[in-house]
Formats: sequence, C-alpha cells, structure tokens
Amino acid sequence: MGKRYDAIVVGGGHNGLICAAYLAKAGRDVLVLEKRDLLGGAAATEELYPGFHFSTCSYVVSLFRPSILRELQLARHGMQLLPLETSFTPLAGDPGLCRWPDPQRSRREISRFSARDAEVYPEFSLAMTKMAQLARSIVDAPAPDPTSWNPRELARLLRLGNQLRRGGAEVMDLNLKLLTMSAVDFLERWFESDVLKAPMAVSGIIGTYLGVRSPGTAYVLLHHYMGEIDGAFRSWGYSKGGTGGVSLACARAAESHGAEIRTGAAVERVLVDNGRARGVVLAGGDELSARTVVSSCDPRLTFLGLVGARHFDESFVAAIERYKLRGSSGKVNLAVDRLPEFFGREGTAHLRGDIAIAPGIDYLERAYDEAKYGDFSKRPYINVVIPSLLDPSVAPPGKHIISMFVQYAPYHLAEGAEHWPEKREAFGDAVVDTLAEYCPGLEESILFRHVLTPWDLEKEYGLSEGNIFQGELSLDQLLFQRPAAGWSRYRTPVRNLWTCGSGTHPGGGIMGASGQLAAAALLESGEL
Amino acid sequence: MPEPSVFHSRTAQLCTSHRWKDWGGYYAVCSYDMSPEPEYQAFRHSAGLIDVSPLFKYEIAGPDAAAFLSRLTVKDATKLRVGRVTYLCWCDDDGKVIDDGTLSRLGEEHFRLTAAEPSLHWLASVSRGFRVTIEDSSARLGTLALQGPESRRILERVTDVDLAALKFFRVAAGTLAGVPVWISRTGYTGDLGYEIWVGRDGAERVYDAITEAGRGHGLLPAGLDALDVARIEAGFVMNGVDYFSAHHCLTESRKSSPFELGLGWTVQLDRGPFVGQAALAREKQRGPRRAFVGLDVSWAQLEEVFARYGLPPELSLHAWRDGRPVYDGEERWIGQATSGAWSPTLKKNLALALLPAGHAATGTPVRCEVTAEYRRHTVAARVVKPPFFDPERKRA
Ligand SMILES: Cc1cc2nc3c(=O)[nH]c(=O)nc-3n(C[C@H](O)[C@H](O)[C@H](O)COP(=O)(O)OP(=O)(O)OC[C@H]3O[C@@H](n4cnc5c(N)ncnc54)[C@H](O)[C@@H]3O)c2cc1C
Repeated sequence: MGKRYDAIVVGGGHNGLICAAYLAKAGRDVLVLEKRDLLGGAAATEELYPGFHFSTCSYVVSLFRPSILRELQLARHGMQLLPLETSFTPLAGDPGLCRWPDPQRSRREISRFSARDAEVYPEFSLAMTKMAQLARSIVDAPAPDPTSWNPRELARLLRLGNQLRRGGAEVMDLNLKLLTMSAVDFLERWFESDVLKAPMAVSGIIGTYLGVRSPGTAYVLLHHYMGEIDGAFRSWGYSKGGTGGVSLACARAAESHGAEIRTGAAVERVLVDNGRARGVVLAGGDELSARTVVSSCDPRLTFLGLVGARHFDESFVAAIERYKLRGSSGKVNLAVDRLPEFFGREGTAHLRGDIAIAPGIDYLERAYDEAKYGDFSKRPYINVVIPSLLDPSVAPPGKHIISMFVQYAPYHLAEGAEHWPEKREAFGDAVVDTLAEYCPGLEESILFRHVLTPWDLEKEYGLSEGNIFQGELSLDQLLFQRPAAGWSRYRTPVRNLWTCGSGTHPGGGIMGASGQLAAAALLESGEL
Repeated sequence: MPEPSVFHSRTAQLCTSHRWKDWGGYYAVCSYDMSPEPEYQAFRHSAGLIDVSPLFKYEIAGPDAAAFLSRLTVKDATKLRVGRVTYLCWCDDDGKVIDDGTLSRLGEEHFRLTAAEPSLHWLASVSRGFRVTIEDSSARLGTLALQGPESRRILERVTDVDLAALKFFRVAAGTLAGVPVWISRTGYTGDLGYEIWVGRDGAERVYDAITEAGRGHGLLPAGLDALDVARIEAGFVMNGVDYFSAHHCLTESRKSSPFELGLGWTVQLDRGPFVGQAALAREKQRGPRRAFVGLDVSWAQLEEVFARYGLPPELSLHAWRDGRPVYDGEERWIGQATSGAWSPTLKKNLALALLPAGHAATGTPVRCEVTAEYRRHTVAARVVKPPFFDPERKRA
C-alpha cells in the first residue's frame, strides 16, 4: 500500500465531486474514484451518437444550491444554467396548454380551459413560494434531529417551528396537509381543469413508485417546487453542455484545489478493520489507503455491497434492507433531424421549455395501474425537453436531441427484473408511439434512439433497483430518516466511513446539497 | 405578450412616442408624446381621452345580485339606486383589502363592477348560494375615460344622453354616434369627467366621434403617465402601487385594511354579514394602526439640499411609484411614501404615504428621503389630507 489519502471519495457523481472539492478546498488530500470512464454518474453528458451530446440520465437542473455555485466558483469552471422558458402540455387534436414566463399570456392560455384556474394560478404560486421558503431552510442545513436534547438541535427545531408559525395559520395548515395528502387532492384545493392539474401533479410522483392519487405525494411535489435559479423559486434550468456540464465544473473545481480524480476505477470493497474504514480495494485488486472513506453511492450499495452487512448491527442492516429503492422510471433519448410539430402550435417558442405528456389525471393513474402489477405503462407520463434548442452546442446544426424522461417503468417486472433487456425496445417503442400521438411524423425524424430501463440504471450507473434518487423521496425516507433513523448526518455506524450521495439528506436531484453538507459535517467532526 | 384593446387601431396610430406598457394583459400607452405634460394639462385645462379598457369588468345579474354584492363588498349594495355608481373595496376574511373599484347599478338586477385585477374566481367563490350570474365582460367591453373641464361640452355634441341630468357618480344608457353606450360620470383624475362603456363592435366609431367632436376643444389622447400624476393630485390609492391585494402578499404586514387606506368611509358595518365584517368591526373599535395620508414635501428644503451641490432640484414630469422611506423628526423610520409626483397645477411636491396612526394627524411634520448628487438626504414634509386638488367643477 502506497500513499495514504486524507479521504477517498467513492463515486464521481456530482455529489462526490462537490464533497471532494470542499474537502480539498479545506486543504485535505483527496482522491475520487469513479467506476465509469466518464464523470458525472446520473448527471453526465455522453456522445452516444456522433455529434449528439446527450444528458443521458438527468436532464434539467433546478435544485442546485446557489451557495455551491458561489463557493466553488463553478461559473469560472464552466457551469452555466439557462432557464427553461415554458411548460407545455400538448393534447391530441388541440393546441393544449402552454404556460409562459409572461403571466398574462399564461392566464389567457389557462382560461381556455378554466377562467377560474387562470386567476387562481398566481395565488397558488404565492402559496407554494411561502411553503418553499420554509422547505428551503430545511434543504440548506443538515436534517433536524427531533430525538436529540442537544441545545443546538433544540434551537434549530425551535427556529423551524417559529418559521412555520410566522407563515401564518394558512401555511401551517398547508404544511400539515402536504405531509399526508395526495398530489391530486392538494392541487384540487386550487384547480379544476385536468390539463393544468395533471402536469403539476406529476411532480409528486417523480422517482417514486406511487400514483398521483397516492397519499404523501403532495410532499414530493413541494420538494420539486423548490427549484431555484437566482433566488427565484420554481424555475427549472438547463445546463450548458448538458447536465454533465455541472459535474465537469465540479470536477474542475475539485482539481483546482488539488483533488485527484480517477475514472475507470471501480471500488470493489471498502476495507474495514475493527469497525474502522481504512481504505478501499479496486476491481483490479489494488488497495488504496485513506483516513476516511466517503461513499456517494446509494445506501444499499454502500452498506450491503461495498462494506458488507457483517460490519453493522442487525437493526441497521434491517433498516437499510427496508429502505425503498423501487425504481419506476426510464429514459428514452432521440437524435432527430427536425423539430417535432404539435397540433395548432407554430414556431419554436413552446418547445423551449419542458413538454409534459400528461393530458389528464386519469391518464396518469392508468399509467400507474400497469406499473402496480409489474409492467411498464403503454401510455406513460413523459417529460420531454429539447436541449438543442437552447444550447446549439449539443447537436449538429439543424438537428436536435429529444430527451424523454418516462414513468412508469418499474424495476420489478412481473416476470422479474432480469427480463428488462428483452423488453427494452418494446418499452422504447411504447414511448415513441406515445409522443407520436401528439406530433405525427416523429418516427420518420429519428436518426438514433437510446433506451434506458431501470435495469440499465442499476447495471451501468450503479443505482440500486434503478432508483433515480438513490432512494424514494417519500416522507418516511426524508430528513432525519434518510437513509435510516439516527444516521442522517452523513456519518455511518462504521467509523471513518461517511456518505455524501443523494441517498442522504436532503435527497435526490442535481442539488449538490448532500455533497456540500457531508463535507461540512466531516470537517467539523475533527476526524479529518 | 399583451393584447391590443378594442381601441388599438386608433391609439396605435396616435402613439408617435411608441411608449407602451402592459396593463392587465393589454397594450396601454404611457404617453402619446415623449413628454406626458401636455396630456396632463389637457386633463386640467381642456380634456384628455384615455383608453381604460384594461380595467377588469364584471356583469353581475340575477335576483340576488344586490344581496351578493353586499356580501362581497364593504358596502350595502341593496341601497344603491338604479342609475347610480359607487366606489368601494372588498376584503378577505381578515378584513384586508383585495381590490377596489366602482360599482354601477345598471338595472334592478344588473350591476357592473370594475376591478384592477382578475377577480372572477373570488367573485364566483363568494357567490355560492346566491342566485346570480357573473360574466367577465372585460374583453367585450371597451372603456374610454374623457376627463377635463371641456369633457361635457365635447360629449354633448355626440351623445343623446342628457348630460345636464347626469350628476356626479351617475350612469345612464344612450347612444353615441349611433352606437349604444353607457356613460358614467366617473373617472380617476379627480376632475370633471366621464367614462364611456361600449361594445367591441362600435368601439372605433365611438373613438372617432369623440376625437372629431373634441377638435375645437383642445382634446388630446392621453396616456397612463399623465393619469398617474392626476390621480395622485386627486389622492386616489392604486392597487399594486400604494397597497397590495391581500391575495398577493407574502407577509401579513404587506396587507392593509380599508381603514388604513383611507377607505374607512366606504365600510358599512351595521348590516347583514359580509366578508371581513368581524375583523373590520374589531379594527374599527380598536382604531387602525396605520393611516393613509398625503404629504406636502417642502420645496424650500429640496432647493436647499440640491443647492449644496450647485444644482437646481430635479423635477420629473413622471410620477414615481418605487416607495420611499419616511422618518420622524428624529430621523427614525416610521413608514413609507408609496407614490408621488410633482404637481404642475399646485406647484408642489406631493406624495401618498402610509404612516403609523400617531403620525397621521394633519399638520404633523415628518421627513422624506431624497437623493441629491448620489447622496441621501431628508427634507421636511407636512401631513395633509388628500385630495390635494379637488375642483368644484368635478361635482358641478
Ligand atoms: C434517468 C434519470 C433522470 C433524472 N433526471 C433528473 C433531472 O432532470 N433533474 C434532477 O435534478 N435530477 C434528476 N435525476 C436525479 C439526479 O440525477 C441524481 O439524484 C443525482 O445525479 C445523483 O447524484 P449523486 O452524485 O448523489 O449520485 P450518482 O450520480 O449516482 O453518483 C454515484 C457515482 O458512483 C459511481 N459508482 C457506483 N458504483 C461505484 C463503485 N463501485 N466504484 C466507483 N464508483 C462507483 C457511479 O458510476 C456514479 O458516477 C435523474 C436521475 C436519473 C437516473
């Protein structure tokens, strides 16, 4: 064994890279080990077809913490976010509903379906802004610990309580409702029209194995509502160069502070002696030694895979086994030679944002029905974006990329997850057929198609059961319960083993918070 | 993108300045000329014609129309006689103002309510259980405000409505250039003036007829900039500028009650239940914490501050609406001036302000912030009771 690092970070996804950057910035000697030949993990840009640079997995950025951008000077390292301009919900044989940055224009569009909804829309945004202000203070700090009598913890809980109270009875009431309601029930408090409710309700099911009418999904909706660019809540952005642009900027920041990054370096095992992590073993058998090991992989892979159950108490192992991963989404990426055309819409303005194939609540619930019994949805919810419209650098001139995030594609097929490879193309066909119902001629424009099933997400990207968030964002797996009660502070039962991936508080999405908060906790602990 | 109003073909032709803004989703002219001053002077000396179609309008009809409006607003609409108009506001359950506007009783069972903001949803919610229909007539009705001392003489030439009989805050139906219209003696300038309500189809004919009739009377098309100065002189509060609708406030302190906004006179408490009644009754008993006042900002001190830098005071012909702090004699912050303007008629610096009740008595000295040569100063101001300008001809 050669050199001993201060810290080895397992996984070069954006959280691992951010954690490494902060540790290196604090003067620590850090090594990042990434299994793939490419950095980014679920936030990577890959040239899957000549000239076309796909954001293979994640495709939009909204939750990224601005403080990280500032502190790591990510703009200097090439990170650039462009706001998505519109939200378009096409309907078959109808121009559908497009929501614009111009509130009056949105009002007119919504009033085609419901004059009342059009007016309530700004009020809804206001209510959500109030709630998101509260939620944000949760995201920006380690999870509060209600079981602790530590005065600092109590003070934090008190501050949160005060904040909740300051919002007034209305916000308090909404928050309590959010915890238990379904996304649809919650939205119906404001809206009546299906084409407005449906695309909003899907925020409540992203990355979960739940339906829009399942209790608890209202909370997930808020989680996605916290999207923030320039302090403006709820604006989704697109990263220049694809979402890999975010990861690469983080990597450059880490390197600028002296961190070492190795790709094509799969960690086979974390070395643990007497309950203490002391290094890792690579797939080739090489051993690397470090004072601390920080894993950015999901809790199941980290604890039961890389470390091994025998190093933990039985109750902890049981909690990790119960931790729900249940992947439910897939991705279909297309290279096309022209833009899709939607009924009754001209120009490209309506394509410069996200396009939701979510024509109604029942449609979404039906899509879930199929998934419940172990099949992919034949008519799924699809979130489409065309990044090449905003960022011409990702496709050859005049050509485009269509990115489709698809739900539901349950990991657990009725016939078994291992049957995904033979169902992959049938799944891809269902997705393309679905979109083609809204833009005829789509098939003829396709130059290349790339289909990602939950099985692929597990095998290629190391996401157990293909869960896009390293664990569902349901309320029982958030805050001080993520990934297990008592272990939400990035520390683990094995000494000198820490975690920093999206399987920790505050959770999934290209947010960076887990990496940032984990680095802060580790530095503060004095173990490093 | 804003939409054109029903008068757009005419206003677009006249708007040589190309100064437009978005008002309620419509294109609205800021000023036809680069300077709004001639348009302001027209309001006060001859007449100005302004397209106020972007105001939201609701037709409320049915056997329970009066009862519903009495529940919705702070006034007892059952007492409003046919052919009369009244100014009022409406509140949320906590007695905080949502919006203000005028209510016209066009028939026994037909009212028209104007609003600054889209209100259909709120009206519909409150109307549960009342036998009423609520129609949003904003898009199908154009509205022109003809304001200024010459307005009556101009209008007389083109309408069969008996203007001599049309007293202040009355409304009547008739024709104008052969087009059916409603004419009300109302406006936002605090001067003699009328508002003409016309369906989309006849809108251009009405516009042309008034323009033609105004030729010998110094009539000018006027924009929102001139109107802003006139309404400050008249002491009218503006939703979104001087106060914020309770529906849009992130914090409680941003909301305001009718008593605080100087609209206490519109609140009729002793009657059947209406939205916000209990909260308003409590507030009335306790006395409002804040009050809406006028400020007369010392010209002499303003000159003095600028003179320190060898400059004359800067005079803008535009009203300001960015909100400025107000201090007490010891330079402690007490409240804010929400909009203000130089009054070309009164030759005074005016502002509308929201101050704590203890500082709201007429004559109270306060200090207002001004910036001269990039540096902040305060100058003396005196609390006065709006309106600043209230000519007799308005009611005559
Ligand atoms: C299909 C899909 C779509 C998504 N869409 C969005 C979106 O639009 N917006 C959004 O905000 N979020 C989205 N997400 C979620 C988001 O991408 C993730 O939450 C986030 O990228 C996770 O980052 P991370 O660094 O915590 O983990 P990961 O990105 O999972 O990083 C873990 C890294 O560890 C590596 N690794 C695994 N095993 C080993 C090993 N043994 N040795 C070494 N390295 C290993 C992996 O290759 C990977 O690079 C999406 C996710 C997926 C899968």
